[in-house]
Amino acid sequence: MTAPGAAPLLSVRGLRSYLATGAGVVRAVDNVSLTVHEAEVLGIVGESGCGKSVTCRTIMGLVPAGLAYSSGEVIYHPHGPRSILGASQAELRALRGAHLAMIFQDPMTALNPVRTIGDQLLEAVTAHAKLTRPEARERAIDLLTRVGIPAPARRLSDYPFQFSGGMLQRALIAIALASSPRLLLADEPTTSLDVIIQDQILSLLLSLQQDTGMSMMLVSHDLAVITEVCDRIVVMYAGQVVEEGTVADIITAPRHPYTVALLDALPQPGRQDPQGPLRSIPGSPPSLIDVPGGCRFAPRCPLAVPECQTWETELLDTGEPGHATRCWRHDQVGRDPAGKVTE
Amino acid sequence: MTAGPAAWAASPSELLMKAAARAAGRRRSTVRRRLTLIIGLVMLAIAILACVLAPLLVSQSPTTLDALHPLAPPLSHGHLLGTDQFGRDVLARILYGGRIDLAIAFGATSVTLVGGTLIGLVAGYLGGKVDSLLMRLVDLFFAFPFLVLIIAIVAMLGPSIFNMFLAIWITSWVSYARIMRAQTIVAKKQQYVLAARALGYGRTRVMLRHILPNAASAVIIFSMVDAVGNIILAASLGFLGLGAQPPSPEWGTMISDGQNYILTSWWLATWPGLAVVFVGVAFSLIGDGLADLLRPGER
Repeated sequence: MTAPGAAPLLSVRGLRSYLATGAGVVRAVDNVSLTVHEAEVLGIVGESGCGKSVTCRTIMGLVPAGLAYSSGEVIYHPHGPRSILGASQAELRALRGAHLAMIFQDPMTALNPVRTIGDQLLEAVTAHAKLTRPEARERAIDLLTRVGIPAPARRLSDYPFQFSGGMLQRALIAIALASSPRLLLADEPTTSLDVIIQDQILSLLLSLQQDTGMSMMLVSHDLAVITEVCDRIVVMYAGQVVEEGTVADIITAPRHPYTVALLDALPQPGRQDPQGPLRSIPGSPPSLIDVPGGCRFAPRCPLAVPECQTWETELLDTGEPGHATRCWRHDQVGRDPAGKVTE
Repeated sequence: MTAGPAAWAASPSELLMKAAARAAGRRRSTVRRRLTLIIGLVMLAIAILACVLAPLLVSQSPTTLDALHPLAPPLSHGHLLGTDQFGRDVLARILYGGRIDLAIAFGATSVTLVGGTLIGLVAGYLGGKVDSLLMRLVDLFFAFPFLVLIIAIVAMLGPSIFNMFLAIWITSWVSYARIMRAQTIVAKKQQYVLAARALGYGRTRVMLRHILPNAASAVIIFSMVDAVGNIILAASLGFLGLGAQPPSPEWGTMISDGQNYILTSWWLATWPGLAVVFVGVAFSLIGDGLADLLRPGER
């Protein structure tokens, strides 16, 4: 868990990432600011298509050049105070893997199908370090042991199709950790896995994070996953940060109607509710091509008043330290025990 | 398969046994599929060995004239496959001539395979201006009738074996480049390529170690077809008098020379023709076998 006042490791300020598509310019990430501290697990949560993955890829410099326009600042503090957004490819290559690593949503496709696990792991181990062949092999076996793959020496010669989904994700985590990165971006690492494996992978990530003291940015659309492992949460909606705070603050005292709706959408067995145990948020997120003015959540918000449509949104302090929300009526946002939004 | 009312009544263990039997059948069919490749390789090995070991297999030289027995039919006067119009032994000429034809199959094809594949890989991966430039160059070559272009180049440089190689090198990389570019564009959108870049691997490494192994199967298979094509091309150029020059033996030249005697002495053109067919079938079988072997998900 984060010590209060830990030094920031990665600061993102005013990040915008616009993608050119056939239908128009998608404002996938629109003025996002966030900070990951040393040894902290930051959760990013939001619906599909709210810009979580694009935020990660922009930080890594992996958005396709020519199709994307990015601006803002991404400062990786150990690398100096200069923004790494738009840094040279050579500079980014030196950072990727060795300092910033990323694991992807679908482990089935994130490994090269025609090369063995060992081959790919050894490549990752030697990518940023000079090691002899036996040293590299030893390190590879050690990594596989740490991510909980039984009989690792034997499995080095297996191909990805011989691994199950959960094993593949473990192997991918081993590859991502091969050069001991300081920050791990986990882009929906458990989404394509079943619930039991999800839980194993999350506890693995968390224990690795605690062992190595690295920081982690965990992206998910699943608030349950996020609250389980994170120290702080950033809630995103339609390319913007709508609420940010510690897990305790977000769970017990959400200050944005969208967060409240997300919390309500978590299935609660035995909830006494005429609608049944499942609840959704009416409507759908706005198109990121023609973004409405004012508050982007207003059309779906139970608290919306006409002024919301014109309010120039900004993150407001709620009074609690480190807790901010993009709702000017945050005083009226609350959550009653029955799980209904009240005014 | 069992049909009728008894099928649904089978006990679970019986069903399992049947499933196991089916799986064993599938494994056998895998071997049968490999068989294509094995037969092709064996045929090619026979052809290569026969050509390389020609001095041990035939006592006659391909250029010695047996002036007493021109146009001798097969199995006469000590000539297994007969002699041509100058009394030269046809078998010896086929075996020695095969050296040139096989050299073309391997030499011309391997250079264009490697060159075209790398050009296609770079064009597909880098995209943008590099891609446009290289692909317009490819279009330029495709705009000409292929054979006419090769004939023009050989005619310009002068007929010789090396110039024939050169003409093939200059022109046939384009097919490889185009196939490889398409495969690369598909492969580079895969998540494992993004994951490789996220690990800080450089462009060259991503191209050669992550994209190439996934995208190369199509060009490798095509190269087998192309090798056959190159033998036929060499034979065609020899036929037109632009390839190997007399008296050095070459299958195409032999067929060309034999056509004047086709009605009276069929063996002059038929034996070298069959040699072309034999090597062609060998390469086709290898191509088929490789296609099965390299098909994703079949390993």
